Amino acid sequence: MGKVIVVTSGKGGVGKTTSTAALGAALAQRNERVVVVDFDVGLRNLDLVMGAERRVVYDLINVIQGEAKLTQALIRDKRLETLYLLPASQTRDKDNLTPEGVERVITELKRVFDWVICDSPAGIESGATLAMRHADMAVVVTNPEVSSVRDSDRIIGLLDSKTMKAERGERMEKHLLLTRYDANRAERGDMLKVEDVLEILSIPLLGIIPESMDVLRASNIGSPVTLADARSAPAMAYFDAARRLAGEVLPITIPGEKRGIFGKIFARRAA
Amino acid sequence: MTKMLTDARSIRIKGRSFLAVVLAPDLPFDDWLIRLDDLAARSAGFFLGRPVVLDVTDLPIDRAQLKDLITELAGRNVNIMGIEGGRPSILGPGMPPALKGGRPVSDEAVAKEPIIELRNGEPKPVTPEVRSALQSIVIREPVRSGQSVIFPEGDVTIIGSVASGAEIIAGGSVHIYGTLRGRAMAGSLGNASARIFCRKLEAELVAIDGIYKMAEDMAPGLRGQSVQLWLEGDSIIAEKLI
Ligand SMILES: Nc1ncnc2c1ncn2[C@@H]1O[C@H](COP(=O)(O)OP(=O)(O)OP(=O)(O)O)[C@@H](O)[C@H]1O
Ligand SMILES: [Mg+2]
Repeated sequence: MGKVIVVTSGKGGVGKTTSTAALGAALAQRNERVVVVDFDVGLRNLDLVMGAERRVVYDLINVIQGEAKLTQALIRDKRLETLYLLPASQTRDKDNLTPEGVERVITELKRVFDWVICDSPAGIESGATLAMRHADMAVVVTNPEVSSVRDSDRIIGLLDSKTMKAERGERMEKHLLLTRYDANRAERGDMLKVEDVLEILSIPLLGIIPESMDVLRASNIGSPVTLADARSAPAMAYFDAARRLAGEVLPITIPGEKRGIFGKIFARRAA
Repeated sequence: MTKMLTDARSIRIKGRSFLAVVLAPDLPFDDWLIRLDDLAARSAGFFLGRPVVLDVTDLPIDRAQLKDLITELAGRNVNIMGIEGGRPSILGPGMPPALKGGRPVSDEAVAKEPIIELRNGEPKPVTPEVRSALQSIVIREPVRSGQSVIFPEGDVTIIGSVASGAEIIAGGSVHIYGTLRGRAMAGSLGNASARIFCRKLEAELVAIDGIYKMAEDMAPGLRGQSVQLWLEGDSIIAEKLI
């Protein structure tokens, strides 16, 4: 059985879709079978970042409504043969995303893939709660600024109450992915410090992704940054994060700081 | 036309207790409303969506004055669900119902369980440990933004932080082994000896026995410190814990 991961944040535009694609492509490069699922019905983006927008025939809603088979809707990546995309619908109403339908699709995907990575829409409405509903693990994407941190805190509350895991009384594993980290702004002190974000959210850190033009460049050519430019700083940070997701223990480095860092933060217990 | 009774199911009537905010205005109402506006401006949304009971015990007012006050409050989005201590002559049709028998401790017949509720319909995230005679609960994880822990029966202890946008409402004292960034209200059913303790004070609002203090009213030197707060007369006193 594969692992289901939700990539979520509360706040919009913090890097969920970018991270879904980058982590998915990084895991697939380890020869693991990966599907990235777009839950952002009506505002789909993942197909663009994956460079598959012209290949979308059927989507998640078609599968849920029984209009297409799952195998018809899955799009295999042109570069990595273990990487697949299940696109969202751009035109259908998001009310078509039913809890039963989502459960059926996720169960089916888990049987075939090692990793099912769900790209959540922003907000705390049904799209976001359905994306997290069947997750085994959550990647909470946060930018180092107060509104993003507070929204992430809110989302962590929902992960601990509205998911199947929570309802069964189990503990949802949650990981913080700090994205768009700008070393210069951190230097000047106009961003929250990594320690402060960790102290507020008290969940373990999966990685810190630097703010970088490489991310924009990659999405402009329709490629996850871990495929477009594997040597770039954000790609390397995503590769490390993917290894941690897969269970490896690696030291975390803060972009722009030379010292390899803080065992103490990384060793913090999972909340 | 005669309506036929086609559905044999009986109507279910359940008892349930809710924690209401009680406002006890004093005269003149104009002054009191200014103070209320001041509080509301500084703790945005505090009354929104909460049941509010108006306590008019011993106030020498007539029906028209009460009606005006209720209108003023409605204009501030404070909706009155009931009136406590009102003479029958000032109540009646068109007025919120009279309420009696509000009590600081839960009625066993109505609520056997502690009320720990998260607003916005979220089920509770943690199973609190209930100790002897429901006098205290311990929550072993952070209270997240948007969550409320409401425990009128006694003390609340949080092992973890209380986020900005989260709140703890206790009948007794509040103990936070972490950072208090949100709101903590102790002695919320009228207990002036309740206290608030936290390992690090970054609170948006603290209240004891209905007396409030906002972040900006707190001495700057207390920020980020281990602090205890208690009530002396009508003011909240804060002191660093060593
Ligand atoms: N590390 C980064 N450096 C620079 N730009 C980034 C980085 N991460 C994301 N971005 C840019 O930020 C924008 C938002 O990213 P993305 O679409 O991944 O966010 P999202 O959380 O999925 O947004 P939404 O909530 O709208 O779905 C995009 O233009 C993306 O290219
Ligand atoms: Mg997105």
